[in-house]
Amino acid sequence: MPLCITVLLFVGMAAFGGIRYGGFLSPQVFLNLFIDNAFLLVVAVGMTFVILSGGIDLSVGALIALSTMVAATLLDAGWNPYAAMVAVLLLGGAFGAAQGFLIQRFGLAPFIVTLAGMFLARGCCYLINTESIPIVDSTFSGIAQARIPVGGGASLTIGAAVAVLVVLAAMRLAHSTEFGRTVYAIGGAEPSARLMGLAVDSAKIKVYLLSGLLAAMGGLLMTFYMLSGYSLHAVGLELDAIAAVVIGGTLLAGGVGYVAGTLFGVLILGIIQTLIAFEGTLSSWWTKIVVGALLLLFCLLQRLFEGRLRKTA
Amino acid sequence: MRRLSQHALFWPAATLLLLLAVSALFNGSFLKISWQDGHLYGNIIDILNRAAPLIVVSLGMTLVIAVRGLDISVGAVAALSATVAALLVGGAFNAGGEVASDNPLFVALGAALAVAALCGLWNGLLVVKAGMQPIVATLILMVAGRGIAQLLTGGQIITVYYPPYFTLGNGFLLGIPVALWITAAAFVLLHLAITRTALGLFIRSIGGNPEAARVAGVRSSAISLCVYTFCGLAAGMAGLILSSNVKSADANSAGQLLELDAILAVTLGGTALTGGRFTLAGTVLGALIIQTLTSMIYSLGVPTEVNLVVKALLVFAVMLLQSREFRALVAKVLRPGHARREGAP
Repeated sequence: MPLCITVLLFVGMAAFGGIRYGGFLSPQVFLNLFIDNAFLLVVAVGMTFVILSGGIDLSVGALIALSTMVAATLLDAGWNPYAAMVAVLLLGGAFGAAQGFLIQRFGLAPFIVTLAGMFLARGCCYLINTESIPIVDSTFSGIAQARIPVGGGASLTIGAAVAVLVVLAAMRLAHSTEFGRTVYAIGGAEPSARLMGLAVDSAKIKVYLLSGLLAAMGGLLMTFYMLSGYSLHAVGLELDAIAAVVIGGTLLAGGVGYVAGTLFGVLILGIIQTLIAFEGTLSSWWTKIVVGALLLLFCLLQRLFEGRLRKTA
Repeated sequence: MRRLSQHALFWPAATLLLLLAVSALFNGSFLKISWQDGHLYGNIIDILNRAAPLIVVSLGMTLVIAVRGLDISVGAVAALSATVAALLVGGAFNAGGEVASDNPLFVALGAALAVAALCGLWNGLLVVKAGMQPIVATLILMVAGRGIAQLLTGGQIITVYYPPYFTLGNGFLLGIPVALWITAAAFVLLHLAITRTALGLFIRSIGGNPEAARVAGVRSSAISLCVYTFCGLAAGMAGLILSSNVKSADANSAGQLLELDAILAVTLGGTALTGGRFTLAGTVLGALIIQTLTSMIYSLGVPTEVNLVVKALLVFAVMLLQSREFRALVAKVLRPGHARREGAP
């Protein structure tokens, strides 16, 4: 049911935009939501799994920045662009897995472990370089400029297409694999999941590995989008990702939620910004206020929904 | 020695002393305190002064964490309170070249603190009455708070020209920084409230087992509400000290990452994130560790970029030391025969 509200809210906002501004409902405006938020979408998908398992990952924003830095530095050093991409993805996965290991093996709080991970990743960025590193590699700029026509004169970037593929793959992973069901079970009740004989320990590590990997992929998408590596990229992005997941109807307590909800959560964050851009006179801080209000609305709705669920049960 | 190392404050105090010793080793005059221009002067005083806002916030955060909560909105609340104060004080040069404030100083400061306390109360209501998870409930204000502050200022940095406003962050009373007096007062008042009244016991019982505390007749919702309100108030006070120190209010960047440093200070001090066990003195030590580390890195001439990495490694180290599983593992590696006894809870 929270998912329906999220979708309805998105449709309502799009309709409001369509009535108020001419040209708002064009396919390209809609596709731009994917293009401008590709990296957020990919990161939020990883965050969905972490939150479904009852954890949280605060390190993703910093990990994105680190990925852009590493990619830019490796390219500067004359690496093959595809080798650089693989290296960045491996780094992200390893970073996430290390955090997952600390959380699982030593029973540490995810909040604190990933907070320290955030400091570590940002700190490593500054160690590499405090300046922004431009990317001139022809493969990277080629990917950045390539457009995939989707008919009707509208087009997607490769980054946006990758993000859409990630969402589709994640939906399959969450809803029709053993790993996905285990993640839901851990979020629902970890001791029960353990008693059922599910591979709780490895799934917990894999969740953070996935989040780290997707953060690195988000970092690569941001590199295509910005064509630079910079230590101050994606500051506070972890909060946007968490907000998107919550607005998408996933319970922060874990165990309940949909990857599709996160997709609409990201689209809602995107459409707020588009509406503000179309309005022209509103300032950027209205985004923060509206996102805060939406978070409040959705949390209250969730509480209401949970209460009713308990009564009927 | 064994009993000493079991004391709750042993590890934070040892870490702080180690950091101070390393600083003194590399910089002979590090520990020197002198009397200049009618006030105390030296690296130690500087560290204490700069740590003041963090200590104040961390004290509030300690109590929130002790009742199984968390407040990640303190940075935004600090920015909001600084903005309100700066807007109300304002100040412009009048004909005589003197600076007058738009409103009396105590009105401005009072309004700022009232706004901050209201923010805390709001967080408390969401957690206690609406039953939201603390991280989410305070995430709302963390996101929206800065937005509201920027709305008030129109996105501008507000500069204050009225000199008395600078006292909080730059002034001295009896040779000691005013910010330090505020911090000390906050600590002593809290300490008395915790040790001389039943409040400490109530907070521990709520954190230990909220349901049992409620059944035992502890008014847990009222106490939790007060604790969140106090945390908001503390964040507001920290915001005032910070903004008075830089003579302006920046809605966007004031108190940035304050929430993370505060949680870090609380953890470093030995308060359990799961609630129940807390130590105010440990939190003060934790905040001092963070500030000493920062000052040390500056004074050693190490590039400031290293600061974050060192901080991260320190957090990892402290976390692992606090983890029962990790201590059991170490015990097993060091003394295989005794592993079973050491590993027992």
